[in-house]
Amino acid sequence: MSEKTTSFYDETHTVFGHHHNKLLQWIFSIDHKRIAILYIIVMLCFFVLAISIGLTMRLELFFPGEQILTPDRYNQAFTLHGTIMIFLFVVPGIPAVFGNFLLPLLIGARDVSFPRLNLLSWWFYLIGCMVALVSLFIGPGFADTGWTFYAPYSVKTETNVIFALTAAYILGLSSILTGINFVVTVHRLRAPGMNFFKMPLFVWGLYSTAWIQILATPVVGITLILVIIEKTLGIGIFDPSKGGDPILYQHLFWIYSHPAVYLMILPAFGVVSEILPTFCRRTIFGYRSIAISSALIAIIGYLVWGHHLFTSGMSEWTKIIFSFLTFFVSIPTGIKFFDWVATMYKASIVFKTPMLWVVGTIITFAIGGLTGITLVTLGVNIHLHDTYFVVAHFHYTIFGGVVFMLFAAMHYWYPKFIGKMYDEAKAKIAFYLIFIGFNTLWFPMFFAGALGMPRRYFDYLPEFTIYHQIAGVGAVITVSGILFMLYTLISGIKKGERCGANPWNASTLEWQIDSPPPLENFKNIPYVDFEPYEYEKGEPKHNLYNKIKGVQNEN
Amino acid sequence: MKTNTPEIIYDKDGNPHEIVDFNDDYTASKLGFWLFLFTELMLFGAMFLVFAFFFYKMPDDFQTASGNLNILLGGLNTFILLLSTYFMGIALIHLREKDIDKCKKSIYITIALAFVFLVIKYIEWSIEINHGIYPDSEILNSKSNGEILFFGLYFTMTGFHGIHIIAGIALMIWVLILINKKIVNNKKYVILENISLYWDLVHLVWVFLFPLFYIIGLGG
Ligand code: HEM
Ligand SMILES: [Cu+2]
Repeated sequence: MSEKTTSFYDETHTVFGHHHNKLLQWIFSIDHKRIAILYIIVMLCFFVLAISIGLTMRLELFFPGEQILTPDRYNQAFTLHGTIMIFLFVVPGIPAVFGNFLLPLLIGARDVSFPRLNLLSWWFYLIGCMVALVSLFIGPGFADTGWTFYAPYSVKTETNVIFALTAAYILGLSSILTGINFVVTVHRLRAPGMNFFKMPLFVWGLYSTAWIQILATPVVGITLILVIIEKTLGIGIFDPSKGGDPILYQHLFWIYSHPAVYLMILPAFGVVSEILPTFCRRTIFGYRSIAISSALIAIIGYLVWGHHLFTSGMSEWTKIIFSFLTFFVSIPTGIKFFDWVATMYKASIVFKTPMLWVVGTIITFAIGGLTGITLVTLGVNIHLHDTYFVVAHFHYTIFGGVVFMLFAAMHYWYPKFIGKMYDEAKAKIAFYLIFIGFNTLWFPMFFAGALGMPRRYFDYLPEFTIYHQIAGVGAVITVSGILFMLYTLISGIKKGERCGANPWNASTLEWQIDSPPPLENFKNIPYVDFEPYEYEKGEPKHNLYNKIKGVQNEN
Repeated sequence: MKTNTPEIIYDKDGNPHEIVDFNDDYTASKLGFWLFLFTELMLFGAMFLVFAFFFYKMPDDFQTASGNLNILLGGLNTFILLLSTYFMGIALIHLREKDIDKCKKSIYITIALAFVFLVIKYIEWSIEINHGIYPDSEILNSKSNGEILFFGLYFTMTGFHGIHIIAGIALMIWVLILINKKIVNNKKYVILENISLYWDLVHLVWVFLFPLFYIIGLGG
């Protein structure tokens, strides 16, 4: 096989047929793989921006009293930090980047069902990002409401809430379109023979996520628009002086945003389920229960939004029901965890960087999940509501769960994206730096919160100083680790060693074609009469490389 | 138009399996559009929920406010939308039967009816605004809470619906262009089919808006 392969980097389809200009070939490309790369470039830029804002806040909090940020600026800082992290980074994150790149590969398709719509989603995403950026620089500056935009404050404040909301709305639109595209792709373009229970688990995660995007995002979209209308026209829906109800906003908001938590975490769970069998060199334990639990989480996740409103005034019975329902979400989540641990049990694990990230995540996410259960317990919630306990909890779940898994995915599929390997030793150092830094940063905050340190405060009582200073040191370690990791990955593009189609010896379809894949992925689409994670004596049972590449047919 | 023979692969037993061409997949286009309509339904559904919530809280005020609306104009608009949906359906039938002229004519009629709808809506809104009733106006703010909310929701929801009508008109003009370019024809009509589905939704939403805003006032 000495023929020179052309990858999707060399040739592409665009909306307007063929372009000679390289840049236009990228921004008008309708190839799902190129679109994925467009997403990750923009996303990482914003991630770095949001990280620096987080670090700035941490520096401000290093000593009590005012250091570098005024109280108003601090409010804008945590709003911007939260908004970017949630709406621009984690929610679209894994589906838009890895979903786009991998979904067709994993199910044996040549692209998604609607390639042009896919590009349009990216354009919407970019426009949303730009609108958010613009509002930093004009008028009284970025919103200062927190990323949740709670009414009535968001209706009253003078800052550019309308811009931020419009941005969030456009991003939501982008996410809905991606969701529709993925659902249809999964239904229509699975390779012949691949029934639902032969799909890789990452596909299950993406599929469940896509349904949440379709069902929940429109609700928050209209809610955000109602705030805009309220601000501009004063229709009164959220204004008690006109008979409106500000709590209504919280309900509408959390009807979306609680499922959104699963929208972030389900694809991340999917990533775990891909990486584990590869590095444990055996079939995943409980394939079906993992698949079905994704769907269950998506469904139950819908019914529990009320636990964000325990202190906002609800009847006691409603509170108890919401609290009770919320406990139920932990059952399918727990099932997944036990399946993963069972997969690892007595396996001969290969500790490459992606696997390290998975193990690290299982630890941090378990801490995040358990403290989450503490939080939805009614009595405790009243005490911990809006303290740093909550801040620590969600950084443990979102950062330590979703973002860590995104990092894992970045390493695991790196050879597929780039065709080369990153520096394994450096990548491991980066992992340890981030993992240690992360725990130093957020673990003390559980104590600070339990002792009464409220969230979203730019100042604090002197007795909390020690916690904030430990966290400050942790933040610096984390950020250096992240920068080192990005450096390692980026320098691998130039300096990395070429790798073959399947450097991890993995069993799913994306590894059965060249790295990086050619345009339209599969020359010959395979007939799928095998399960996704079949290993025999530590080797994948199927080697379809030549068959799918079409080598036999050519000769 | 591609008329490629479908790509086939064979399993171990030699049975043939067709591979779906993602570039030309009628079922996918339909499915995708249904999902999109679903999101629209969620969007309007959320607003109906808000309406229901406040209606339940202040039924009497809502009835009083509703009495101010012109049920004749509203009813006329309901009829016009119904009629336009009929013509939209006819257009599709004509297209499938290769009767391009009649198809285009029906679409023109639909567009015209959509414009009439907007004009009547415009008249209605002007009447209310002339009476000083619009969001945050002095006259409206001096009324009861329920009436303020009723009109707030009325302008928001009919406004949203109006935007959907405008989008529908744009889509119909677009499909006319595609028909002229023969990109939409009696073999490939999924775009017109989807637009007609969309028009059904716009009409369906109105069928709910009409009784909620206009008819509840009759009881008072
Ligand atoms: C080095 C990394 C990070 C640092 C130093 C950091 C720091 C902070 C700080 C100081 C706050 C404000 C807490 C308060 O005053 O209430 C905060 C809030 C927040 N962070 Fe981070 N963070 C980091 C990473 C992340 C990541 C990766 C995510 C999400 C993916 C994230 C999401 C959020 C959110 C949603 C808020 C809440 C904002 C709000 O209250 O409106 N953070 N973070
Ligand atoms: Cu929640």
